[in-house]
Order: sequence, then C-alpha cells, then structure tokens
Amino acid sequence: MLGLLKSPFTFLRLLVQGVWLALGQIWANKIRSTLTTIGIVIGVASVTAVIAAVTGLKTKVLDEFETFGTNKIYIHTDRPEKGPLRNAWHLLRFKPEHFDGLLEHCPSVECFTRMCGYSRSVIYGERSLEIVQVRGIDPHWHKIESRHVILGRPFSVIDDTHSRQVCLVTPTMRDKLLLDRDCVGQAIVIGRRSFRIVGMIEERVESAMFGGGGSQEEVFIPFNTAWKLHRPRAWAIANSKSPEVSEDARAELRFFFRKTRHLKPEDPDTFRLDVIEQFVQEFKKISLIMTAVAGGIVGISLLVGGVGIMNIMLVSVSERTREIGLRKAVGARPSAILLQFLIEAVILCLFGGLIGVAFGQIMTIGISNIPNAEFLEKASIPLWAVGLAFGFSALVGVFFGMFPAVKAAQLDPIDALRHE
Amino acid sequence: MLIRLENVTKIYKVGVEKIHALDGIDLEVGENEYVAVMGPSGSGKSTLMNLLGCLDRATSGTYKLAGKDTTRMGAGAMARVRNQQIGFVFQSFELLPRVNALKNVELPLIYSRNGGWWYRRQQSRSVLGHVGLTDRAKHRPNQLSGGEKQRVAIARALVCKPSILLADEPTGNLESKTSDGILALFDQLYREGQTIILVTHEESVARHTKRIIRMRDGKIQSDEPTRKGGESC
Repeated sequence: MLGLLKSPFTFLRLLVQGVWLALGQIWANKIRSTLTTIGIVIGVASVTAVIAAVTGLKTKVLDEFETFGTNKIYIHTDRPEKGPLRNAWHLLRFKPEHFDGLLEHCPSVECFTRMCGYSRSVIYGERSLEIVQVRGIDPHWHKIESRHVILGRPFSVIDDTHSRQVCLVTPTMRDKLLLDRDCVGQAIVIGRRSFRIVGMIEERVESAMFGGGGSQEEVFIPFNTAWKLHRPRAWAIANSKSPEVSEDARAELRFFFRKTRHLKPEDPDTFRLDVIEQFVQEFKKISLIMTAVAGGIVGISLLVGGVGIMNIMLVSVSERTREIGLRKAVGARPSAILLQFLIEAVILCLFGGLIGVAFGQIMTIGISNIPNAEFLEKASIPLWAVGLAFGFSALVGVFFGMFPAVKAAQLDPIDALRHE
Repeated sequence: MLIRLENVTKIYKVGVEKIHALDGIDLEVGENEYVAVMGPSGSGKSTLMNLLGCLDRATSGTYKLAGKDTTRMGAGAMARVRNQQIGFVFQSFELLPRVNALKNVELPLIYSRNGGWWYRRQQSRSVLGHVGLTDRAKHRPNQLSGGEKQRVAIARALVCKPSILLADEPTGNLESKTSDGILALFDQLYREGQTIILVTHEESVARHTKRIIRMRDGKIQSDEPTRKGGESC
C-alpha cells in the first residue's frame, strides 16, 4: 500500500479501474451479489429505522417541552432533609411579599407570576360543579402560560391590590354552568362566595405526552383574593428572557431567595428551582444514549451481513485465481490486487447500504403511520444517519473484505496460473 | 548481456525429499536473440522460464537482468520488472473472458506508471494492429479463434515494450496451420529486434529459432545454434 501512496496517480488510476472492474463483476453475478448484500440491507434498514423512530420520539417530546415553555422556571418551597427547619413548613412557605423586588434583582427574569390554588364547588343558578380547580394568579400568568383572555378583560392591578372577588372562566366552564354566551358581568358562586366574571380565558392545550394534567374545569381569581380568603400553599413561575439565559436566571433567583430568606452560606436551600431547559437537556442526553444503544444492538446485524460479504469474496477470489495469477504476471503488485478486491467488497457493501437506506425509509413511513402511536408520528431518518449507514457499510466492507483481499494479494503467481 | 544466470539452482521440497528442479545453471542471453528451450517434461524448462520471468526466485545463484541483480528484489520491485521488462505468452492464452481484445491488451499498462488514458488506448491499438488484429479490437475472447486469441496475448505481452518476450509452449493449443501463422509473427518480431525465448518440445517450432538450449534433469545438456536446413537431433 505504501508504494501505491507514493505515486498518487497510479493509485487513483487503480482506484477508478477497480471501481469499474468491481461494477462489472457485480453485474456479471447479479443474483449472487443481491443475495450476498441482503444481510447488509437488513442491517442498514433496521439501523436507520430505529434511529428514525428514536429521532421521531425525541422531536415529539421536545415539541411537548416547547409547548410547556422552555423559558419557565418553577419556584417551589423545599424542605431540607435535615437541620432545624426540617419540619418547619409554616416558616418556609412562601408569602406574597416574598416576591417583592424580584424583577429588580434578577435581570435575566422577564416576568413572573405568583400562584396558589385550591378546589371548591362552583354554582350558577341550578347548576353546580364539584371540585373545580380555583387558581390565584398574577396578570403575567397569561404570558407565561400562553393562555390569553379571549373575551372581556384580564385582572387589573386594582383587582389584585383590593382583593376583589372577580374571576376568569374557560369556555368549558361556561358551557357546563349554562352561562350566557357572553358571560362577562354574570356572577357565579365559588365556595359560597360570589364572584363576578370579568373575562374568558383560552382552553388548556392538551398534551399527548404529559396528558391534560387536570380537567378543563378551571376558574381563575386574582392571587391576593385567593391568598386573603384561604392562605393556600403558594408557588411561582418565572420566565427567563430566553432559553439561553435560563441558567443565569436560575442563579439570580437562587441568590435572591437565599438573601430574602436570610439563609446563611452553610444552610441548604429551602426552595427548589426547576427549569424546563434542564429537563430538555436531560432528555436529549437520554435520547442520545437510546439511539446509541438501539443502533448498536441492531448494528450487530450489520456484522452478520459482513460475514456474508467475506464469504462471497472468498468464493470470488478462488474463482478468479487464474485471473489474479495473470494480473500478477503482467506486473500487478500485491497492493494493486489487494486494492481491487477491497474495492469490490466495499462496493458490494455500499450497494447493500443504498438498498438498506431505501428500505429503512419505507419502514420509517410505516412506523410513522402506526395507529395509536402519536409519539412516533414524527419519525424520520436524519441525514447524519444516512451518512452513518453508508460509512458503516464501507467500514464493514473494508473489515470483512480485508481477509479475502489479503489472501488474493498473497497468491503465488505460478500456483495461481496453474490453478484449475 | 541482457540475461546472465550464474550457478542458479532451484530446490523444491516435497515432504522430506528435495527435488533439484534446476541444478547449477549458467546461461547468457544477449539482445535480439531468438532462443528455444527444449527438453522432456520434468527437465526444469518451466522452472527456468519462471525464473527468467521473475515469477519465481532461485534458491541460490544470481540472476542479472539488464545488469540488475534480481535476487534480492522485493515483491513490488519484481512486479515492476515483470511489468516493464518481460512479456509473457502462455500456452492457454490467459485472456480475461469478460473484456474485449483491446482491454485485454491494455491490462499491463494499467499497472505501469507511464502514460495516461489516451496513451494507453493508442498504444494498445497500435500493438493490436501490429499483430494484425485491428478489426478485432472490440471482440471478446469467446468471439475469437485460437490463433487470434494467441495474437491478442502476444500483443498484450508487447504493449509495455519489454526487453524479453517469454513464450511457454505458445503453439501447444493450436492446430498446425494456425501455429505457422503465430511462428511467422515471432519471426517478424525477431527481425524487428525483439529478444524472444520460447519453451517448446516440438522440433518444428524450435527450428524457427537461432539457438536451441536442451535441458535434462535440471541441467543444460546442450546449447548450440540451430542447424539451418537440416534436422537437429
């Protein structure tokens, strides 16, 4: 081989000649070549299909995360596992004033909403609904959750500061309570208190992956109203300015809460900050491992295909012993013979790869159309997988073609010419 | 001297037995000689041909080809010598069945370093014309007669302009009329200055040459000029 590399033109010429020879050889043995490549075809087809399925799954899940909002940071109280505060929930719980000044101290945070909630029955006239989710929210909630007011108005600052008994309802609620189509201004009873409807809010978007996470029966009231009435457990959701700065925002929030909660440096956090982006990263890692493991396991079938290639190349070498002898007699170096047979093996494998990718595409279309499997509907073969399939096929060709090729290259020309 | 063999031996081991295929051969062949190597089977003439053609190595002794010692050459260098200096003609032609006559002739040029695509094509065409097969260039071996096949093989042997043309029983598979044509071609090549060494056991073939080397049991029995007009015994 080294000798060939010293004269690149000879090498190139032998390469081109080798490709033509190999194509001729494969064409001359069409049926045999096709049967030989079946192993590679199946291997490549299954690898690409598996990768396509995992990729589809990943796309789907990331889309789901996207609808959740990758900018979101959930702020919850958290009990330390040990220390004096271990059982002191009453000391740790968030109070409305804990969030004052948050935006000034956390420049990466765009906005936030305090949240609290409880469930109560809701009554309008003759109709009543048991166990309806009642949520106390701040006006920024609409932006953070991307659920906007489609009728009437959102809560005003005065609604909040004066703890007015006003509420927002969903279309589902309106229909179930048999409210007017334009229900703004009507009053409903939530937990024995009368609330006036000021607007209607978009329905929750159902997520295939994470489920609805609750019913469509929701009522929203100003945070302070909810707090004054029942003092429920409070939490908050903040939006970072972009997914890229979500880690910065998280760090700023941590600093802010540690300071406002007067935690000493050695104290553990008494709150938890969950970033969707962190789950996204986590999931990307998992999907990468899934791809590697599934691809690796199916890749074993490629090796089986490679053994088939080796077998047929050995047959080819023994069939063409005289030809090899002649080529050597007229001046082919061992390396030239080696190259010729390696090229033939590689081209066989690449053919298998080509057909395999085509079959993989067909399988992928099949996978994406499996009924009741929405999480696979986005299955598609990524370009890198096609490249990988071809690269791996070529590698299999080189690896399993090497033994027959070396055998051919080492043939003694005299013996080879005498071979019957 | 083009070829100089000094005390060359070749020993094959068959089991524990050693067979002296060549036993102390001294031989010189000059440029533009026309030599026949004769002898009964097992006399070592094929072994000698393989050695001369750089297909095999001597067990001991030296073989100088055009002044260069081939004894210590590597496989690559030997291949280059076969490519550049030696043209082989085989008894059974050894043409590649799937490609046409022109491609068969071109084969050695693929493994040589000189000339591009265009030169290869032109050179092959001209040599094929030289052996009288211009109109058969596109034919495959199975569409050619025996004599035509051997002419293609001779053209292939000549395409790299070798110093020596080695022919091993070149007319062994041909009927006598066709043989005459092939031998006439050898005569013509000799007149044009080609050095030719051919192995044969037919006196009628040997009579075309200018020098006959007779072998027996791995040794040269006689080495004399061909007697003109009369039979050599």
